[in-house]
Amino acid sequence: MKFEYAAAPESRAVVNIASNYGLFINGEFVEPHSGAFFKTVNPATEEVLSEVAEAGQADVDAAVKAARRAYDKTWSRMSGKDRGKYLFRIARLIQERSRELAVLESIDNGKPIRESRDVDLPLVAAHFFYYAGWADKLEFAGLGDNPQPLGVAAQVIPWNFPLLMLAWKIAPALACGNTVVLKPAETTPLTALAFADICQQADLPPGVVNIITGAGETGRMLVEHPDVNKVAFTGRTEVGKAIQRAVAGTGKALTLELGGKAANIVFDDAPFDEAIEGVVNGIFFNQGHVCCAGSRLLIQESVADQFIEALKSRLGTLRLGDPLDKNTDIGAINSYQQLAKIEELSKSGEDEGAERWSAQCDMPDKGWWFPPTLFTGVTQAHRIAREEIFGPVLSVLTFRTPDEAIEKANNTPFGLSAGIWTEKGSRILHMANSLRAGVIWANTFNRFDPTSPFGGYKESGFGREGGVHGLAAYLKVEDPS
Amino acid sequence: MPSPSITSSGLPDGSAASLTGFLHGLPGVDQVGAEARAAMLGTRSIKNDAKSWAIDLAIRMIDLTTLEGMDTPGKVRAMCAKALRPDPTDSSCPSVAAVCVYGDMVQTARQAVGDRIHVAAVATAFPSGRASLEVKLLDTRDAVNAGADEIDMVIDRGAFLSGNYVKVFDEIVAIKEACGSAHLKVILETGELKTLDNVRRASWLAMVAGADVIKTSTGKVVPAATLPVTLVMLEAVRDFHRTTGTRIGVKAAGGIRTSKDAIKYLVLVNETLGEDWLTPDLFRFGASTLLNDLLLQRQRISTGHYSGPNYVTID
Repeated sequence: MKFEYAAAPESRAVVNIASNYGLFINGEFVEPHSGAFFKTVNPATEEVLSEVAEAGQADVDAAVKAARRAYDKTWSRMSGKDRGKYLFRIARLIQERSRELAVLESIDNGKPIRESRDVDLPLVAAHFFYYAGWADKLEFAGLGDNPQPLGVAAQVIPWNFPLLMLAWKIAPALACGNTVVLKPAETTPLTALAFADICQQADLPPGVVNIITGAGETGRMLVEHPDVNKVAFTGRTEVGKAIQRAVAGTGKALTLELGGKAANIVFDDAPFDEAIEGVVNGIFFNQGHVCCAGSRLLIQESVADQFIEALKSRLGTLRLGDPLDKNTDIGAINSYQQLAKIEELSKSGEDEGAERWSAQCDMPDKGWWFPPTLFTGVTQAHRIAREEIFGPVLSVLTFRTPDEAIEKANNTPFGLSAGIWTEKGSRILHMANSLRAGVIWANTFNRFDPTSPFGGYKESGFGREGGVHGLAAYLKVEDPS
Repeated sequence: MPSPSITSSGLPDGSAASLTGFLHGLPGVDQVGAEARAAMLGTRSIKNDAKSWAIDLAIRMIDLTTLEGMDTPGKVRAMCAKALRPDPTDSSCPSVAAVCVYGDMVQTARQAVGDRIHVAAVATAFPSGRASLEVKLLDTRDAVNAGADEIDMVIDRGAFLSGNYVKVFDEIVAIKEACGSAHLKVILETGELKTLDNVRRASWLAMVAGADVIKTSTGKVVPAATLPVTLVMLEAVRDFHRTTGTRIGVKAAGGIRTSKDAIKYLVLVNETLGEDWLTPDLFRFGASTLLNDLLLQRQRISTGHYSGPNYVTID
């Protein structure tokens, strides 16, 4: 008998999406000077959700000016204790509205509600709570006796974890006494705009947080604005490089969190079933739209066949479909452009001789979807072993010895994260010391916590977000890293 | 590993070196990871038709149980009536799979249920298992002779924890033989094994020795059945099937009291072993109070409102 789970959709009634949104500048929503708007769509249905303002130069100027005024007149003069009160208030409001925000995130981004509800939103609130606690204790952070804020922060964030990346950017910036102008990604602006509403609800002084929407050009104008003191960017490596060039010589502080091509290394003495889960979570969490995704599986040759067979069997149980269904494991690909990129790289895998396997899934007629896929017979020379796919595609490579695993894992221009699966503690420590990656997980993957710093080596960027390290990115101090 | 005494089927023969080598060579279980997987499956939302279907299946999978010093023939007969017809107001409600009693109550139970459902007896000096093999064998034969067609035995946890796997193995083999045609469920008492590594090893040990079903708990030790423990046992059953082609059953017993909990177990079975195991032949709940909650939920679905405890029978 077959256990068919009946549809269990989370209600959309809890969200109220306006037909159009202006820009959130100086504490209120304003019409854009540019007069331009763009559409944001639900990637699971291609339904247009809303029209959102596209900020031009005059709008960017207005936002930075509002942030500067709020910095000079209010926020930098406020005691840490009072800044903390606002941040605690925001954190509580996020918790109170978490169901609404989770549904909104899933509608705009395509990620399963199980993930937005159980991962994104709890982490968003936790991040604000964590940095709220730091606001009045900065002199005890080991970053000097009287650390001072930088000023106005220009922050540009990606579409994969829209609200979580907002939290990672705004919470530490505000805790340290900076004001911000944040630009969400053009395909996922809605939760950032809901956050603007929360700022109003929290009575946050006008101009402390400004949210301007737009695409790459708006982002460029923002980071190049001369009255910005700090630039923080999460996104593609090419864009990060362009930002670094633009910022060079201006005196602006910069942190970049860019791409990755993480190795998830499974030894023959690994906890087998949990390693399978870890590999699945490593690359299929959030449709693989994760910069620290474990996109390369390095499996020890002695157990490779057995592991891959078990992995395929497990992938067959993943449930792809409506992101709002509480039982969905794999949601929609965020945009048509991203789907095209995943398809192009997957084709290159086949063309270059790797063997493709995809789980059998019924794909919805509308929207953008890609089935959980793995490639075996991948070598270091294949594009799918070197380039970030940013989708639900796993490249499987094998190794014979720990040294070979280290060599292959490090043989990439990226260095954001890595995973080690073994029951042997000494091997975990040895591997962790030898891997050039900012985050290393042992017998788990894609675990996040606001107290733990996150960031990369090499082309994965520099600077750390999260933990006490994350404060250094928003204060006038020597970077301890 | 591999030991020289692994047979061509990939399983150990019954020698000490072979058993120890095999069991200690099984991959470890990462407790944090296993708990996370069980918790994630616990978030599955089972609604509407799926819920109705799951509730009826759960009822059909119950071993309705009374294992008390104060059991009497009257109590057992009342429970048997309930087992046959759980909801007297609704003839569409299925019977449970079996009644489960102590050995001296088997005859009463068998007379009450006839051949309509199974009669399971706990045997082998249940629940502690602290008796000689002779006593355990007599206990088993006694129950089978009285009409039990399922035997729930306990393993010797002391022997297991001291590494004497041969003793545990030999006892299961001997009891299996004493069972004759009766099905053998082997209780691991996971609450006394403590670690998930032990749960995996004990599961394999019981299956290799000839268990038809592996069962979590006696219900007399806390914790009894838990989702992570059951997950690890289901994974062992899955791997045993991959190795040998033989389907072993699983019984989760003790501590499962609500429909919501029962459905979580069915999800675990569905997503670990697949639909082939979603049958009373291969998955059971050992429970006493679970049935009434399933009935209340069943009534709610058919009538649209909750009734109360006086609208389901006590046994």
